[in-house]
Amino acid sequence: MTALKRIIKAGFINFTRGGIISWAAVLVVTITLSVITMIILLQAVLYFSLNVIKDKVDVTIYFNVGTSEDKIILLKESLLKLPEVAAVSYTSDIEALKLFRSRHENDYPTIQALDEIGDNPLGAYLNVKAREVNQYEDIANFLKSDNTLVLGSANIIDKVNYHQNKLVIDKLNAIISGAQKLGFLITLLLIIISIIITFNTIRLTIFISKEEISVMRLVGASKMRVRGPFMIEGAIYGIVATILTLILFWPVTAWLGRNMTDFLGINMYDYYVSNFFQIFAIILLSGIFLGVISSFLAIRKYLNK
Amino acid sequence: MALDDVTFTVTAGEFVSVVGHSGAGKTTLTKMILADDIPTSGTVFFESINVHKLKNKDLTKLRRRIGVVFQDFKLLSNKTAYENIAFAMEAAGKADEEITNDVPHVLDLVDLGNKIFHFPNQLSGGEQQRLAIARAIINQPELIIADEPTGNLDPINTYEVVQILKKINDLGTTVILTTHNKGVIDSVGKRVITLENGKIIRDTKNSK
Repeated sequence: MTALKRIIKAGFINFTRGGIISWAAVLVVTITLSVITMIILLQAVLYFSLNVIKDKVDVTIYFNVGTSEDKIILLKESLLKLPEVAAVSYTSDIEALKLFRSRHENDYPTIQALDEIGDNPLGAYLNVKAREVNQYEDIANFLKSDNTLVLGSANIIDKVNYHQNKLVIDKLNAIISGAQKLGFLITLLLIIISIIITFNTIRLTIFISKEEISVMRLVGASKMRVRGPFMIEGAIYGIVATILTLILFWPVTAWLGRNMTDFLGINMYDYYVSNFFQIFAIILLSGIFLGVISSFLAIRKYLNK
Repeated sequence: MALDDVTFTVTAGEFVSVVGHSGAGKTTLTKMILADDIPTSGTVFFESINVHKLKNKDLTKLRRRIGVVFQDFKLLSNKTAYENIAFAMEAAGKADEEITNDVPHVLDLVDLGNKIFHFPNQLSGGEQQRLAIARAIINQPELIIADEPTGNLDPINTYEVVQILKKINDLGTTVILTTHNKGVIDSVGKRVITLENGKIIRDTKNSK
C-alpha cells in the first residue's frame, strides 16, 4: 500500500519535473487521441450518409389495372412477414392517378391524353423497403416463387421494377460495402500509425532516463518500483491529453455544426454533445492504455540488466 | 581480458584499498562483486552466497546489503538530495517515519544539512560525492564499495571523502575502495591490493 502510494507520488513528481519533455509526450498523445476522435466523428458521418443512400433504394410492385384491393393487402401482409422486409407502403390506383396528375401538372399534352382516355389507366402499387440493400434480390425472388402463386398473386402483378433497378442497386451495394471496408482500413492504418508514433515518443522520454533507471536498480529498487512511476507518468500523459482533446473538439464540432451540417447531412456539434460520455470514455481509456502500455514496453529494455 | 586469475578474501570489518592504473581492472572487480558483470570463469562469494547464481529478485536483496559509491556519483538527477536518500530507503522497504527521521540525520553527517532540497546539478563535485556516500550508508549496509570515489575531486574534497569512509569503517562496516591515487592510499593506511593488467601483483596487510 505504501509502495503504491510512493509509486503514484513519484509518477506525479516526475511528470511535473519533466517540463518540456512531459508536454511533448502529452502533445503526441493528444494528436493520437484527436485522430481517434476524428475517426469516431467520420464514422458517424459515413454511416449517416450510407443510411440516407440506402433509404433511397426500394422496389415497387405494379399491379394490373382493376386488381382488387383485398388481394393486394393480402400480398402486403405476406411480404411484411419476410424477415428481410423493413416496410411496405400501399398506394391505391386512385392515389396513383392523383400523384401522376400532380407530377405532370405543367405537362399539358400528357394531362390531355389522360383526360382523353377517361378511365384510370394506372394500377395500384406496393413500395417495398428491405432492411439491407443486398436483400432486394431475395424479395424479388419471393415474388416469383410458389408462395405467391398459392395466394394467386402471380396473375395480378404487372411488373416488378427490381430488374430495371438491379444495376443501380448492385452498384450501390458495391459502393456501400466498399466505403465501409475502406473506412475500416483507413481507421486501422491511422490508429496503428499514431500508436507507433506515441510509443516511440514515450520510448524517447524513457531513453533520457536510462541512467536514472540503472542507478535505481543499483540502489536496490525492485523492478516495479522503477517501472511504476513511469507507468503512472504514462497514465498522466493519457489523462491530460484526453482533457486537451475533448476541449479541442468543442469549438471544432461547433464550427462544423454551424457551417457544415448541410454538407455532412448531420449536425456534428449535436452528435458530439449527445455522445459526449461515450466519446469521453473511449478517448480516456485509449489514452491511459496507450500511455501505460507504451511506458511498460519501453522501460522493459532497461530493466533486464 | 580485464581480470585474470584474481583471488582474494576480505573479512568483515576490513578496509581494503585496491590500487592500479586506469584499465588495470579495478572497476571490473567491483562490478563482479555487485553481479553487474559476469565472469567467464570463477566465482564471487558474498558470505556463502554465490552472487552470480542469484535470481533477479535475490540480487536486488543482495544489493541492498551493499552500499556503492561511484566515481561519477550516479545520483538521480531529477531528485533532490533528500529524495535521493529517501529513494534508497524506499527501495529497501523502510517506513515513512523512519525516512523522515533518518534522512536529515545522515545529510548532517556528511555536512549537507543545509542543502536538503538542492538537486545534484546544484551541488559541487565534493558535495555530490558526499551525498552519494550518505545514500550508500543510509541502509546500514555490511559492505561499502567505493569505486574511484575521489577520481573527480580536488585534494581537499578527496581528503574529506577518505575521512568519511574511514569513519564508516571505524563504525564496523567493511569498505572496499579502489583508486589510482597514491595519496589516498597513504592517508588510509590499511590493506592494499595492487592490480596490474588484471592480475594481483601485491597484497600487503599494511602499506605503512
